[in-house]
Amino acid sequence: MSAVISVAPRSMMAAWQLWACAAVIAVLAVLPWIIDPFQTLQISYGLIFAVAALGFNLLLGYTGLLSFGHAAFFGTGAYAAALLLKFLGVKSMELYIVGGVGASLLLGVIMGAVCVRYTRIFFSILALALSQVLWSLALKFFWVSGGTDGLRVPTPTLLGGLVEAAADKTAFLAHQYYYYVLVVSLAAVAIMWLMVRSPFGVALQAIRDNEVRAEFVGVRVRRYRFIAFVASAGFTGLAGTLWVPLNGLTTPDILYWPFSGKIVFMAVLGGFRTFLGPIVGAFVYNYLETFAVGYTIYWQLLLGVILVVLVLAMPAGLVGTAIQLFKHSRNPAR
Amino acid sequence: MEILIVQTLNSLFYASILFLIACGLTLVYGVMRIVNMAHGNIYAVGAYVAAWTIGLAVAAKFPVAMLFFLLLSGAGAAALLGAALEPTLLRPLYRRAEEYQLLITFGLLLILEDLMRLLWGSHPLTASELPDAFGSVHILAAAYPGYNLFVIVVGIVAAGALWAFVYRTRFGVILRATAQDMRMAAALGVDVKRVYVLAFAIGCFLAGLGGAVVMPISGAVLGMGVDALILAFVVVVIGGLGSLEGALVGALIVGAVRTLGITYFAEIELAVLYLIAAVVLFVRPAGLFGRA
Repeated sequence: MSAVISVAPRSMMAAWQLWACAAVIAVLAVLPWIIDPFQTLQISYGLIFAVAALGFNLLLGYTGLLSFGHAAFFGTGAYAAALLLKFLGVKSMELYIVGGVGASLLLGVIMGAVCVRYTRIFFSILALALSQVLWSLALKFFWVSGGTDGLRVPTPTLLGGLVEAAADKTAFLAHQYYYYVLVVSLAAVAIMWLMVRSPFGVALQAIRDNEVRAEFVGVRVRRYRFIAFVASAGFTGLAGTLWVPLNGLTTPDILYWPFSGKIVFMAVLGGFRTFLGPIVGAFVYNYLETFAVGYTIYWQLLLGVILVVLVLAMPAGLVGTAIQLFKHSRNPAR
Repeated sequence: MEILIVQTLNSLFYASILFLIACGLTLVYGVMRIVNMAHGNIYAVGAYVAAWTIGLAVAAKFPVAMLFFLLLSGAGAAALLGAALEPTLLRPLYRRAEEYQLLITFGLLLILEDLMRLLWGSHPLTASELPDAFGSVHILAAAYPGYNLFVIVVGIVAAGALWAFVYRTRFGVILRATAQDMRMAAALGVDVKRVYVLAFAIGCFLAGLGGAVVMPISGAVLGMGVDALILAFVVVVIGGLGSLEGALVGALIVGAVRTLGITYFAEIELAVLYLIAAVVLFVRPAGLFGRA
C-alpha cells in the first residue's frame, strides 16, 4: 500500500515531465518554419553542443571525473567524417556517424585505459595531455589533416541517399539537416536519460559519491569508470560528427584544449548535478558566444567573468539554481 | 662537438624557463592543493609588463644596464597580481570540491588572456636591446648568444634561491609544515592565510620572472601563457605535482626532449612530450618525485 502511495506522485511527476518534453519537441519541430535560417542554425549548434555536453557530463556529473580533454572526442568525430570524405570519397551522413562514433569510441578505449586509473586532478591533467597529443598531430601532419587550414566537408547526403544535398546550402542546413540533427540528438538525449537511470547509471553515481562504499557493495569501480569514459567519448564524438557538415570545415581548433574548456563551461553553466543542466548550458553558451563574438572582441573576458561569478555565487548552475528556487518557493520554511 | 655544446645550452635554456614556470605551479599545488590553470597567463603578464616598462625606458634613453633591472618589474607585477588574486578568488574555494577550483582558475585564464589583449593589443612586444647588449659568446668552438646564457644563469640562481628559501629559512619550515598538514600548522599558531598568500605570490613571482627573461627572445605574444601552461603541466606530471626537485628534473627532461625534437622530430615533438608524460603517469602515478 505504501509503495503505491509513494509511487503515485512520482508517476504524476513523470507525466508532467513527459508533457513538457513533448511541448519542447513540438516547438523545436515547427521552429524552422517560423524563425529565419540563421536562428535555425543556432538551434542546430545548440542541439549538437547539448549532445557533447551531455556526454561530458556522464563523467563529471554522474561519475565525478572532470575531463579537460573532451575536445579530443569532438574533434575525432569531426575529423573522422572529413577523412572518410577525403580518402574514401564517402558522402553519406550515416557512414560519417558510424565512422565518427566508432573512431571516438576507439579513442575512448585507448584514452580511458590510461585515464581511469586516476581520479581528481590527475585524471583531468592526463585527459588534457592526451587530447593535446591528438591536437599536435592534427596540426603537424598537414598532409593528412590539412594542418591549420583544416578539411572542408560539404553537405552530405542523408538517409542513405534518399535526401540529396540541395543547391541552396543554407536552406538545406536550416531544414533537412536541422531535422536530421534534431532527431539524432533527441535519440542521444533519450539514450543518455535511460543510461543514467539504469542500474549502471546508479552505480556510477554511487562511485561519484563514495568510491570506497561503492566498492564494498560490489561495484567494480574501475571497470564502471572505464565504460562511462568510453560511452562519454561516443556521445561527444557523435556531436563532433553532426557538427562538421553544419560548420562546413574542421580545423585543429576543435581539438585544442580551450575547446575542452568550452564543453566544461557548458555543463557548469547549466549545472552539472542535473540531467537538464548541460543541455540548457549548451544552448545558453552558444547564444552567449555568438552574441559576445559579434559584440566585442573581448568575449573571453566576458565568459571568464561569468565563469568566476558562477563558481563563486551560483555553483549549482542555471538549472540547479532554478530547481532550488522552485523548491524554496513551494516550501519557504526549509 | 659544436652541435653538442649548442644543443646542451639550448636544452638548459628551455629548462630554465620551464623550471621558472613549473616550480610556481608545483609550489602552489604543494602548499594549497590547487592547480592554477591561469599560471601560464601569470607568466605572460610578467612578459608583457617587462616588455612595456623596458619599452618606456628605451624611449626615455635609459642606459642598457638599467634595462636588466626592469626585467624584475615583470616578476614584481606578477607577484602583486598573485597576492591580489589569492585572497579574493581562491580563498573562498579551499573548502569546496576540487572541480570548482579548477573552474575558477580556468575563468581567470580567460579573463587574463583578454585583459592583456585589451591593455597591450594583439601585436607582439619585445625588447631586442637586451640580446643585442650581450652579442654572442664563444665557448670552445661554438658561438652562442650571450643573452641565452644569462637566462640559464637566472634559472640556476632562481633554483638555488628557491631551494635555500624553502629548506634553509624559518619561513621555509613554516611553508613545508603548512604543506604537510594545514590544520596542524594552524593549530600550532601558523598564520595559514599569510602563508598561502606568500606561497601564491612567490609562485607568481617566479612565473613572471620566467616570462620577463624569455620575452626579449620570443616576444610577449597572446597565447604564450596557454602554450606555457601545457608544457608546465608536462613538467610537473613527469616530476611529480607538488615536488620542487621534480619540477627541476622535469624541466631538464622536457628541455632536452624539446631541443632534440626541434632538430630531429619536429612533427611529433609535442606528441612525444605528452606521451612521455602519459608513460610516467602510467608507471609512477605520482610522477618521478611525487608522493601520492
